[in-house]
Parts: sequence; C-alpha cells; structure tokens
Amino acid sequence: MRTPILAALLSLVGLPAMACETFTIGNLMIEHAWSRATIGAERPGVLYVEITNTGSADDALVGIATPVAEMPMLHETVVTDGVASMPHAMSVPVPAGQTVALAPGGYHGMLMGLTTTLKEGEGFPVTLTFRDAGEVTVPVEVLSMQAEGPDCEHAGQ
Amino acid sequence: MRTRRAVILGLGGVAGALAFTLGLGAWRSRGTAPATDPRLPLPIAEMDFTLTDQCGATVRPSDWIGRPTMIFFGFTFCPDVCPTTLSDISGWLEDLGPEADRLNVTLISVDPERDTPAVLSDYLANFDPRITGLTGPLAEVERAAAGLRASFEKVPRDGDYTVNHTAGVFLFHPDGRFASIIDYHEDRRFAVPKIRRTLS
Repeated sequence: MRTPILAALLSLVGLPAMACETFTIGNLMIEHAWSRATIGAERPGVLYVEITNTGSADDALVGIATPVAEMPMLHETVVTDGVASMPHAMSVPVPAGQTVALAPGGYHGMLMGLTTTLKEGEGFPVTLTFRDAGEVTVPVEVLSMQAEGPDCEHAGQ
Repeated sequence: MRTRRAVILGLGGVAGALAFTLGLGAWRSRGTAPATDPRLPLPIAEMDFTLTDQCGATVRPSDWIGRPTMIFFGFTFCPDVCPTTLSDISGWLEDLGPEADRLNVTLISVDPERDTPAVLSDYLANFDPRITGLTGPLAEVERAAAGLRASFEKVPRDGDYTVNHTAGVFLFHPDGRFASIIDYHEDRRFAVPKIRRTLS
C-alpha cells in the first residue's frame, strides 16, 4: 500500500542535480540537500544540507521529517580523543548572517527506519522544521555511497 | 680489464651496503629495545589476532609484513563517519594511483555481530577495490583493537545500537613498524604524503 505512494513521491522529486537548487523560507536559504545511497533499507541513511541565515535574528533547525524514514533525527559526529561518537542534537543553531552545513563528519540527519533503499540518482523530500522560520520541504538528491557532496559548479548552476 | 674493475667495484659496493645494513640493524634494534610508548600502536609483528576477510579468507597480521599497511575501524551501519572515511581513503588511493597497489588497506569491523563477510563484501563494492574488510569473533576484534591501542564501544540507541570507535587511520611501514595516524577526515594534502612515506 505504502510502496506505490512512496514510488510516486520519489519520482516527483527525482530530477537530476536537484541538490543544486536553492529554496528559501523567510530569511533562510536551503541548498545542497543530499544523501548517500544505502545497501538495502535496514541500515540508516544520512541527510546533509546547507542553511544560510541572511536575516539579523538567530534561528535553529529543530526537526526533520521524511516519508523514507520512520525515525529521522538530528545527530552530530563528535571525535573526542580520536574516538567518534554520534550524540543526538536537540537542534542545530543557524546564527544570523551565517551558513551552517550538515556535512560529512559533523551535524547530519540520521534517517533510521528507512522504508525503502536509497538508490543513487533518485530523490526524496525532507521537511525541515526551524524554530522561528517554520517548515519547508525540499528535495534531497541521493548520491553514490562514496560521494562527499553534490558537484554543483559542474552541473552549471 | 673493464669487467674486472666493474666486478671489484661491484663487490666493494655489496660489502659497503652489507656493512651499512648490519650497522643500521644494530642501531635500530638498540633504538627499539626499550618498551615502546604504551599509547602508540604495537608493531604489526607483535600483534596477534585472526580475522576473516570479505571473501572468507583467514587473515593474520603477519600476512601484512613486507608491504606498507593502512588499518582503520568502522562498521556498515554507520551512516556518517564510515562512508566518509572510506570515501576519503578511496580518494587517497586514486591520488596515489598504481603506487598504492602495494598497500594493505584494511577496514576492521567493530560490529562483527552484523557485519558478516558477505555484508562487508556488499558494502566494500561501493569503494576502491583495494580496500579489504575484516570481521570475526568479538574477542579477536578486541585483540586487534588492543594491538592498535584503539577502542570501540557498543552503545544502545533507540531500541537499536551504534558503535563508538577510534576514527583515525593507522599507517605502518613494510617491516611492520608503526608510521603515523591520519586523523579523521584529514585533508588529503596531508594524508597522501603520510601514506607516500610508507611506500618509499
């Protein structure tokens, strides 16, 4: 029952180089939303995105939601004395005038309980909830497992 | 005439090289005789564990002697750090080109419960084919970590678990001596020369 709906959702946002589009909500600019392909659906997926706050007031990313994961959450990779751990992040600060990146090795969305395998070249929507700016839904591009980020300059954007 | 002179020069060269090697050996063994720093990884020759690679073959550290070795820890359920490290390493190997064919490049799973050889094989197919994955009984993974002075810890998480683990990449010379550590997500401008030093 759920699979056809999901497939429809995936195909709707399955446009190439969508990670290079920019979305705005209030004073926030959302760019480079991408994920890595997964092997099957039992391993968690990941979400990376860049948020620029062009306003004069601080905001914060307080939640993520997506139809491809039952339990999406915000995490931060922390390396202490050479040991990596992944504590929950209650929120990711988006200070006024700054760009915050959920990027490999730092803050990231952890997509637990995937409802589908994330395949390279496909996409899925994610709804970002900000403390003040509210909600915005953006398409996420699934790149290869080896990707370190979308190659937007070469995509001509 | 010319041949004899070449032979004499050649013999002299061999004798000189031999003397140098013996001298260096004596100097080295004297240098490493005192207990090594307990915070640093053991030389590979002093490590002792038996694990299985992604093709099902048995691997012991003694198999690595003779080639430079790169070892790191990870697990396939890890969404951020491990693909990033594997992706970094794939990039370094690409930069090094065929020179890197001589390296032993080894991921040791800190989640042997879920990472069977078959799982590792599927996972590693996404990265540079020169990367080998090892798994095995937990006790053997613990022995491997102890030899490298690395640590890992299973942490319950939302009805599931994750594994905190040492994130750096360990480098060893061909004779098994510890060379250096590449820190997590270290820039390739620093990482690649570190690897190159173990290849020369």
